Amino acid sequence: MTQTWHVTYEIFRKKGDQSTHYDRFEMKVDPDEYVLDGIERIWAFHDRSLVFSHACHHSTCGACGMVVNGVEKLTCITPIRSVTKDGGVIRVQPMRNFPVISDLSVDMTVFYQRMESVGHQPVVSVGFEDSKGKLDSEDDLLRLSDCIECGLCISACPIALTTPAYLGPAVLAGAQQSGDLNPCVLELVDSENGAWRCHSAYECTEVCPSHVDPAWRIMDLRKKLVARRIKKFFGVK
Amino acid sequence: MDKPQAIVIGAGFTGVAVAYDLAQRGMKVTVLERGPLVNGTSGRTHGLLHSGARYAVDDQESAIECIDENLILRKIIPQVIEPNGGLFVALNESDMAYREAFIKGCADCHISIEELTPRQALSLEPNLNPKLITAFKVPDGTFDPLRLAMGFAASANALGAEIHLFCEVQDFILDGMGNVKGVKYLDRSSNQIKKINADIVINAAGVWAGEVAGHAGNIDLPIKPTPGVMVAYDQRLCQRVINRLNEPGDGDIIVPQRKMITVGTTSFEADNLDYIPVFDDQVQLMFERGCELIPAIKHTKERGAFMASRPLLDSGTKGRSLTRTFKCFDHKESDNVDGLVTITGGKATTMRLMAEKTVDLVCQKLGMRVPCQTAEIPIHSYRKFHLAHNQEVA
Repeated sequence: MTQTWHVTYEIFRKKGDQSTHYDRFEMKVDPDEYVLDGIERIWAFHDRSLVFSHACHHSTCGACGMVVNGVEKLTCITPIRSVTKDGGVIRVQPMRNFPVISDLSVDMTVFYQRMESVGHQPVVSVGFEDSKGKLDSEDDLLRLSDCIECGLCISACPIALTTPAYLGPAVLAGAQQSGDLNPCVLELVDSENGAWRCHSAYECTEVCPSHVDPAWRIMDLRKKLVARRIKKFFGVK
Repeated sequence: MDKPQAIVIGAGFTGVAVAYDLAQRGMKVTVLERGPLVNGTSGRTHGLLHSGARYAVDDQESAIECIDENLILRKIIPQVIEPNGGLFVALNESDMAYREAFIKGCADCHISIEELTPRQALSLEPNLNPKLITAFKVPDGTFDPLRLAMGFAASANALGAEIHLFCEVQDFILDGMGNVKGVKYLDRSSNQIKKINADIVINAAGVWAGEVAGHAGNIDLPIKPTPGVMVAYDQRLCQRVINRLNEPGDGDIIVPQRKMITVGTTSFEADNLDYIPVFDDQVQLMFERGCELIPAIKHTKERGAFMASRPLLDSGTKGRSLTRTFKCFDHKESDNVDGLVTITGGKATTMRLMAEKTVDLVCQKLGMRVPCQTAEIPIHSYRKFHLAHNQEVA
């Protein structure tokens, strides 16, 4: 270790129907370690009952999204140094606007179903995704698309907080990315719980760890929806 | 007759693939995983879909398994794969000395390769070290680890398999003769102890397989957990997997994914498998070795650093020379404990084949004659994965 800090992790706990509370763990850490490293050590050495989600540890899978000191973070790439100081606190909560399974893990089932129903493409050409859909490249190189479906944008969204019916930033961005606005997708996104519900707070883009820029994509989706309506009004196909 | 009940311990790549294959062949399947999906070795892979070329010289059995399964996975689960191929790059005379053996090895293992001039290689991958001497194209790819597992889990779900996360096996239920009849586990999300009986239990706990098998008595599994470090950098500096043309060694691979690249890896032996620290000197080594292949890494920010522990099979040799193939143990044969099968070793790329061989053995033990079909049927969308019903929350 190059440097040692003493920090206190305050972890949200929830088991079944029992009342929720926070547990405190005093930890010695290297400030250049990632927040998730500390959580994993709490599980490995202090409390085996801790439930949290994680998989790839390098920001490709989106499993370890949590709220860290009030802000949505992908904990595997969030250096401890960036969220606290020596002697400070790291308060970790599960993401907002999702049902909590236990402690820090949430259930993403409904979110995944929505990503599926708007036709978000998990693998696309490199040029297409790098340009956020502006270039329809003939590139034969493919890559996994930017959205890692971590849910951080939905957790940070002030409108998602008001109603679970709102599709939320990642899903609307997914519809923009797929570009296939067929009648089923239109019914979802061109509606009160779709693109028009967004209040352009841009919190989603602020917390996105993966270059998606969902707020821009929602605005772009609105442009496409308006263009469609105008064309329809004038009978243009 | 009721469907036989199978329990799979572990929801890493092997566990979810076994669950899917068991369900496909008509069994009632329950998966118990102590954490979330792929929280151990499987999640923490750099995501290389092996062409097999890495093993074509030293471990041809693994190389052939890799290329065959690589082609199958591309077909059944393209939703999680960047199928762009890879390069093996020579930078010095020592690398060039490996060239002949590499060409011969790939031919022996039916891995199709193509030698490129330095100019051709640089036109494909402009960030490669311009001093490269030669390069070979190979059919590598990369995959998203969580979604690869979710896809198999979703296909298992669709056939009725139940996947219980955060459920840690505490003990086996044994009959009077010491045979396994079920498991006792702790549901960590509700803090309750639960039991399930089973006709067969499949231990797919990877590096932890020895610990799990130990609940059934004095069972010795030849697994040598062999961790390695991986370091992710914040730019996609190559479109294809970049390998060093040489004997397998530290920092010999760069894997692109989304907008980043990951450099791997090292190879040492570990004692505590539940937490393996990331060592600074190994991170520095990845940086230096990575810069040899792609010098622009020097000007790129680190995005993450992590450790994963390979569950290699112990054949009495050390580290890199351990075989990458897998083995299925019927504990009736090896330890006179019936009702328990362990599958371990292998690679992410060979997960489907590992499941096929394991379920062949399970079917044989249960007297079922159903062929494996997983190589032909497309995998469901990973987004169809769901938790077991009694774990759903309001």
